[in-house]
Amino acid sequence: MITCAEAVRQLWDYLDGLVEEGQRESIEEHLSFCRRCCGEMEFAEELRRFLAEHPEAELPEEARARLIATLDLLERQP
Amino acid sequence: MVRTDESGRQTASASGGFRALAEDQLPRLYRLARRFVGDAAEDAVQDALLKAFRSYDQLEDAAAGPAWLTKILVNCCRDRARAEARRPEEVELDELEEFSLFRKIADEDPFPYSDSLHLDFLQQFGAEDVRAVLATLPPRYRVPLVLVYCDGYRVKEVAFVLGVPLGTMLARLHRGRKLFERRLWDYAHEYGLLKEGARP
Repeated sequence: MITCAEAVRQLWDYLDGLVEEGQRESIEEHLSFCRRCCGEMEFAEELRRFLAEHPEAELPEEARARLIATLDLLERQP
Repeated sequence: MVRTDESGRQTASASGGFRALAEDQLPRLYRLARRFVGDAAEDAVQDALLKAFRSYDQLEDAAAGPAWLTKILVNCCRDRARAEARRPEEVELDELEEFSLFRKIADEDPFPYSDSLHLDFLQQFGAEDVRAVLATLPPRYRVPLVLVYCDGYRVKEVAFVLGVPLGTMLARLHRGRKLFERRLWDYAHEYGLLKEGARP
Protein backbone atom coordinates (compact mmCIF):
# COMPACT_ATOMS: atom_id res chain seq x y z
CA MET A 1 0.00 0.00 0.00
CA ILE A 2 1.43 3.42 -0.93
CA THR A 3 0.52 6.90 0.30
CA CYS A 4 -0.93 9.70 -1.81
CA ALA A 5 2.43 11.51 -1.74
CA GLU A 6 4.22 8.41 -3.05
CA ALA A 7 1.59 7.84 -5.73
CA VAL A 8 1.66 11.46 -6.92
CA ARG A 9 5.44 11.48 -7.02
CA GLN A 10 5.42 8.52 -9.42
CA LEU A 11 2.46 9.52 -11.59
CA TRP A 12 4.41 11.00 -14.49
CA ASP A 13 6.88 8.14 -14.54
CA TYR A 14 3.87 5.81 -14.52
CA LEU A 15 2.34 7.65 -17.49
CA ASP A 16 5.72 7.59 -19.25
CA GLY A 17 5.92 3.82 -18.76
CA LEU A 18 9.08 4.18 -16.67
CA VAL A 19 8.03 2.35 -13.49
CA GLU A 20 8.66 -1.30 -12.77
CA GLU A 21 5.90 -3.88 -12.61
CA GLY A 22 5.61 -3.82 -8.80
CA GLN A 23 5.45 -0.02 -8.71
CA ARG A 24 2.86 0.00 -11.48
CA GLU A 25 0.64 -2.39 -9.54
CA SER A 26 0.97 -0.31 -6.34
CA ILE A 27 0.02 2.89 -8.19
CA GLU A 28 -2.96 1.25 -9.90
CA GLU A 29 -4.15 -0.20 -6.60
CA HIS A 30 -3.94 3.28 -5.03
CA LEU A 31 -5.77 4.87 -7.96
CA SER A 32 -8.53 2.30 -7.65
CA PHE A 33 -9.76 3.89 -4.42
CA CYS A 34 -8.22 7.41 -4.24
CA ARG A 35 -10.34 9.95 -6.08
CA ARG A 36 -7.97 12.84 -5.45
CA CYS A 37 -4.99 11.00 -6.95
CA CYS A 38 -7.15 10.04 -9.96
CA GLY A 39 -7.72 13.79 -10.39
CA GLU A 40 -3.97 14.37 -10.14
CA MET A 41 -3.40 11.72 -12.80
CA GLU A 42 -6.02 13.12 -15.18
CA PHE A 43 -4.46 16.56 -14.77
CA ALA A 44 -0.98 15.14 -15.41
CA GLU A 45 -2.35 13.66 -18.67
CA GLU A 46 -3.83 17.05 -19.58
CA LEU A 47 -0.50 18.74 -18.88
CA ARG A 48 1.31 16.25 -21.12
CA ARG A 49 -1.13 16.97 -23.96
CA PHE A 50 -0.82 20.69 -23.24
CA LEU A 51 2.97 20.59 -23.67
CA ALA A 52 2.76 18.45 -26.81
CA GLU A 53 0.16 20.77 -28.36
CA HIS A 54 2.35 23.85 -28.16
CA PRO A 55 4.82 23.44 -30.98
CA GLU A 56 7.60 25.93 -31.36
CA ALA A 57 7.58 28.51 -34.16
CA GLU A 58 8.48 27.17 -37.60
CA LEU A 59 11.74 28.08 -39.32
CA PRO A 60 11.14 31.45 -41.04
CA GLU A 61 11.97 31.49 -44.77
CA GLU A 62 14.59 34.25 -44.36
CA ALA A 63 16.37 32.33 -41.57
CA ARG A 64 16.27 29.16 -43.68
CA ALA A 65 17.84 31.05 -46.61
CA ARG A 66 20.64 32.32 -44.37
CA LEU A 67 21.34 28.83 -42.96
CA ILE A 68 21.35 27.35 -46.47
CA ALA A 69 23.84 30.05 -47.45
CA THR A 70 26.03 28.86 -44.55
CA LEU A 71 25.87 25.31 -45.93
CA ASP A 72 26.79 26.66 -49.41
CA LEU A 73 29.78 28.37 -47.89
CA LEU A 74 30.90 25.23 -46.05
CA GLU A 75 30.64 23.19 -49.25
CA ARG A 76 32.81 25.67 -51.14
CA GLN A 77 35.58 25.57 -48.53
CA PRO A 78 38.83 24.31 -50.06
CA MET B 1 30.96 5.27 -42.51
CA VAL B 2 31.66 8.80 -43.71
CA ARG B 3 34.67 8.90 -46.00
CA THR B 4 37.58 11.34 -45.92
CA ASP B 5 40.43 11.71 -48.40
CA GLU B 6 44.12 11.09 -47.61
CA SER B 7 44.59 14.60 -46.20
CA GLY B 8 41.73 14.04 -43.77
CA ARG B 9 39.28 16.31 -45.59
CA GLN B 10 35.79 15.16 -46.28
CA THR B 11 35.25 13.81 -49.76
CA ALA B 12 32.65 15.32 -52.07
CA SER B 13 30.18 12.54 -51.29
CA ALA B 14 30.73 12.94 -47.55
CA SER B 15 30.20 16.66 -47.86
CA GLY B 16 27.04 16.02 -49.88
CA GLY B 17 25.88 13.60 -47.19
CA PHE B 18 26.34 16.26 -44.56
CA ARG B 19 24.42 18.78 -46.60
CA ALA B 20 21.50 16.42 -47.16
CA LEU B 21 21.38 15.59 -43.46
CA ALA B 22 21.65 19.23 -42.37
CA GLU B 23 19.04 20.54 -44.83
CA ASP B 24 16.62 17.82 -43.84
CA GLN B 25 17.06 18.57 -40.13
CA LEU B 26 17.07 22.39 -40.28
CA PRO B 27 13.39 22.92 -39.36
CA ARG B 28 13.62 20.52 -36.39
CA LEU B 29 16.93 21.98 -35.19
CA TYR B 30 15.52 25.50 -35.37
CA ARG B 31 12.42 24.57 -33.35
CA LEU B 32 14.59 22.91 -30.72
CA ALA B 33 16.94 25.88 -30.56
CA ARG B 34 13.98 28.26 -30.12
CA ARG B 35 13.00 26.27 -27.05
CA PHE B 36 16.44 26.62 -25.54
CA VAL B 37 17.75 30.04 -26.50
CA GLY B 38 14.72 31.89 -27.92
CA ASP B 39 15.66 34.61 -30.39
CA ALA B 40 19.26 33.38 -30.59
CA ALA B 41 18.03 30.15 -32.24
CA GLU B 42 19.34 30.93 -35.71
CA ASP B 43 22.81 31.74 -34.35
CA ALA B 44 22.81 28.54 -32.29
CA VAL B 45 21.87 26.46 -35.36
CA GLN B 46 24.60 28.16 -37.33
CA ASP B 47 27.14 27.34 -34.59
CA ALA B 48 25.95 23.74 -34.64
CA LEU B 49 26.25 23.47 -38.44
CA LEU B 50 29.84 24.71 -38.33
CA LYS B 51 30.83 22.31 -35.53
CA ALA B 52 29.00 19.39 -37.12
CA PHE B 53 30.60 19.99 -40.53
CA ARG B 54 34.08 19.91 -38.98
CA SER B 55 33.44 16.63 -37.18
CA TYR B 56 31.20 14.89 -39.73
CA ASP B 57 33.93 12.34 -40.41
CA GLN B 58 33.46 11.06 -36.83
CA LEU B 59 29.87 10.05 -37.54
CA GLU B 60 30.06 6.31 -38.15
CA ASP B 61 26.40 5.48 -38.65
CA ALA B 62 24.38 7.67 -41.01
CA ALA B 63 21.15 6.60 -39.27
CA ALA B 64 22.43 8.25 -36.08
CA GLY B 65 22.85 11.57 -37.92
CA PRO B 66 19.75 13.33 -36.50
CA ALA B 67 20.60 12.38 -32.87
CA TRP B 68 24.23 13.36 -33.44
CA LEU B 69 23.21 16.78 -34.79
CA THR B 70 20.81 17.22 -31.87
CA LYS B 71 23.60 16.57 -29.41
CA ILE B 72 25.83 19.14 -31.06
CA LEU B 73 23.00 21.69 -31.15
CA VAL B 74 22.15 21.14 -27.47
CA ASN B 75 25.80 21.75 -26.55
CA CYS B 76 25.85 24.95 -28.63
CA CYS B 77 22.65 26.12 -26.93
CA ARG B 78 24.10 25.33 -23.52
CA ASP B 79 27.26 27.31 -24.32
CA ARG B 80 25.13 30.28 -25.36
CA ALA B 81 22.85 30.05 -22.35
CA ARG B 82 25.86 29.80 -20.04
CA ALA B 83 27.53 32.81 -21.62
CA GLU B 84 24.40 34.90 -21.32
CA ALA B 85 23.43 33.84 -17.80
CA ARG B 86 23.43 36.92 -15.63
CA ARG B 87 23.05 35.20 -12.28
CA PRO B 88 23.37 31.70 -10.88
CA GLU B 89 20.28 29.54 -11.24
CA GLU B 90 18.24 29.62 -8.08
CA VAL B 91 15.61 26.96 -7.83
CA GLU B 92 13.40 26.56 -4.80
CA LEU B 93 13.73 22.76 -4.73
CA ASP B 94 12.44 22.07 -1.20
CA GLU B 95 9.31 24.15 -1.60
CA LEU B 96 8.91 22.77 -5.11
CA GLU B 97 8.64 19.16 -3.94
CA GLU B 98 5.49 20.02 -2.01
CA PHE B 99 3.87 21.96 -4.86
CA SER B 100 0.97 20.48 -6.84
CA LEU B 101 -0.61 22.62 -9.54
CA PHE B 102 -3.66 20.34 -9.47
CA ARG B 103 -4.22 21.05 -5.76
CA LYS B 104 -3.33 24.73 -6.10
CA ILE B 105 -5.99 25.26 -8.77
CA ALA B 106 -8.55 23.30 -6.75
CA ASP B 107 -7.74 25.21 -3.54
CA GLU B 108 -7.65 28.69 -5.09
CA ASP B 109 -10.60 28.00 -7.42
CA PRO B 110 -9.87 30.90 -9.81
CA PHE B 111 -12.98 30.27 -11.95
CA PRO B 112 -15.82 29.59 -9.48
CA TYR B 113 -18.44 29.11 -12.19
CA SER B 114 -16.39 26.57 -14.16
CA ASP B 115 -17.27 22.89 -14.24
CA SER B 116 -13.90 22.05 -15.81
CA LEU B 117 -11.65 24.16 -13.62
CA HIS B 118 -8.27 22.58 -14.39
CA LEU B 119 -8.84 22.47 -18.12
CA ASP B 120 -10.02 26.08 -18.11
CA PHE B 121 -6.84 27.06 -16.31
CA LEU B 122 -4.67 25.52 -19.06
CA GLN B 123 -6.79 27.07 -21.79
CA GLN B 124 -5.85 30.56 -20.57
CA PHE B 125 -2.35 30.00 -21.98
CA GLY B 126 -1.53 30.78 -25.58
CA ALA B 127 1.55 29.45 -27.40
CA GLU B 128 3.56 32.58 -26.55
CA ASP B 129 2.65 32.23 -22.87
CA VAL B 130 3.87 28.62 -22.82
CA ARG B 131 7.14 29.62 -24.50
CA ALA B 132 7.57 32.43 -21.99
CA VAL B 133 7.01 30.09 -19.04
CA LEU B 134 9.41 27.46 -20.45
CA ALA B 135 11.99 30.19 -21.02
CA THR B 136 12.07 30.94 -17.27
CA LEU B 137 13.22 27.39 -16.44
CA PRO B 138 16.96 26.82 -15.99
CA PRO B 139 18.34 24.91 -19.02
CA ARG B 140 19.18 21.79 -16.97
CA TYR B 141 15.44 21.32 -16.37
CA ARG B 142 14.00 22.97 -19.47
CA VAL B 143 16.00 20.97 -22.00
CA PRO B 144 14.88 17.47 -20.89
CA LEU B 145 11.30 18.67 -20.36
CA VAL B 146 11.07 20.13 -23.85
CA LEU B 147 12.74 17.20 -25.58
CA VAL B 148 10.53 14.59 -23.90
CA TYR B 149 7.15 16.28 -23.61
CA CYS B 150 7.11 18.85 -26.42
CA ASP B 151 9.13 17.01 -29.03
CA GLY B 152 8.39 13.39 -28.21
CA TYR B 153 11.90 12.03 -27.60
CA ARG B 154 12.29 8.97 -25.40
CA VAL B 155 13.85 9.57 -21.99
CA LYS B 156 16.77 7.25 -22.80
CA GLU B 157 17.48 9.15 -26.03
CA VAL B 158 17.56 12.44 -24.14
CA ALA B 159 19.91 11.00 -21.52
CA PHE B 160 22.22 10.00 -24.40
CA VAL B 161 22.00 13.35 -26.17
CA LEU B 162 22.73 15.25 -22.95
CA GLY B 163 25.39 12.77 -21.82
CA VAL B 164 23.92 12.08 -18.36
CA PRO B 165 22.95 8.82 -16.59
CA LEU B 166 19.30 7.75 -16.83
CA GLY B 167 18.73 8.27 -13.08
CA THR B 168 19.97 11.86 -13.33
CA MET B 169 17.71 12.44 -16.32
CA LEU B 170 14.66 11.13 -14.43
CA ALA B 171 15.44 13.39 -11.46
CA ARG B 172 15.80 16.42 -13.73
CA LEU B 173 12.54 15.60 -15.48
CA HIS B 174 10.78 15.34 -12.13
CA ARG B 175 12.09 18.72 -10.97
CA GLY B 176 11.49 20.24 -14.39
CA ARG B 177 7.82 19.21 -14.31
CA LYS B 178 7.38 20.55 -10.80
CA LEU B 179 9.10 23.81 -11.67
CA PHE B 180 7.03 24.16 -14.85
CA GLU B 181 3.82 23.69 -12.83
CA ARG B 182 4.95 26.28 -10.27
CA ARG B 183 5.95 28.79 -12.95
CA LEU B 184 2.67 28.26 -14.85
CA TRP B 185 0.79 29.27 -11.73
CA ASP B 186 3.08 32.26 -11.03
CA TYR B 187 2.79 33.41 -14.66
CA ALA B 188 -1.01 33.15 -14.65
CA HIS B 189 -1.08 35.17 -11.46
CA GLU B 190 1.35 37.80 -12.73
CA TYR B 191 -0.32 38.28 -16.12
CA GLY B 192 -3.91 38.32 -14.90
CA LEU B 193 -4.95 34.97 -16.43
CA LEU B 194 -6.78 33.96 -13.27
CA LYS B 195 -9.68 36.32 -13.78
CA GLU B 196 -12.91 35.04 -15.26
CA GLY B 197 -13.00 36.06 -18.93
CA ALA B 198 -9.32 37.12 -18.98
CA ARG B 199 -9.00 35.42 -22.38
CA PRO B 200 -11.71 35.04 -25.04
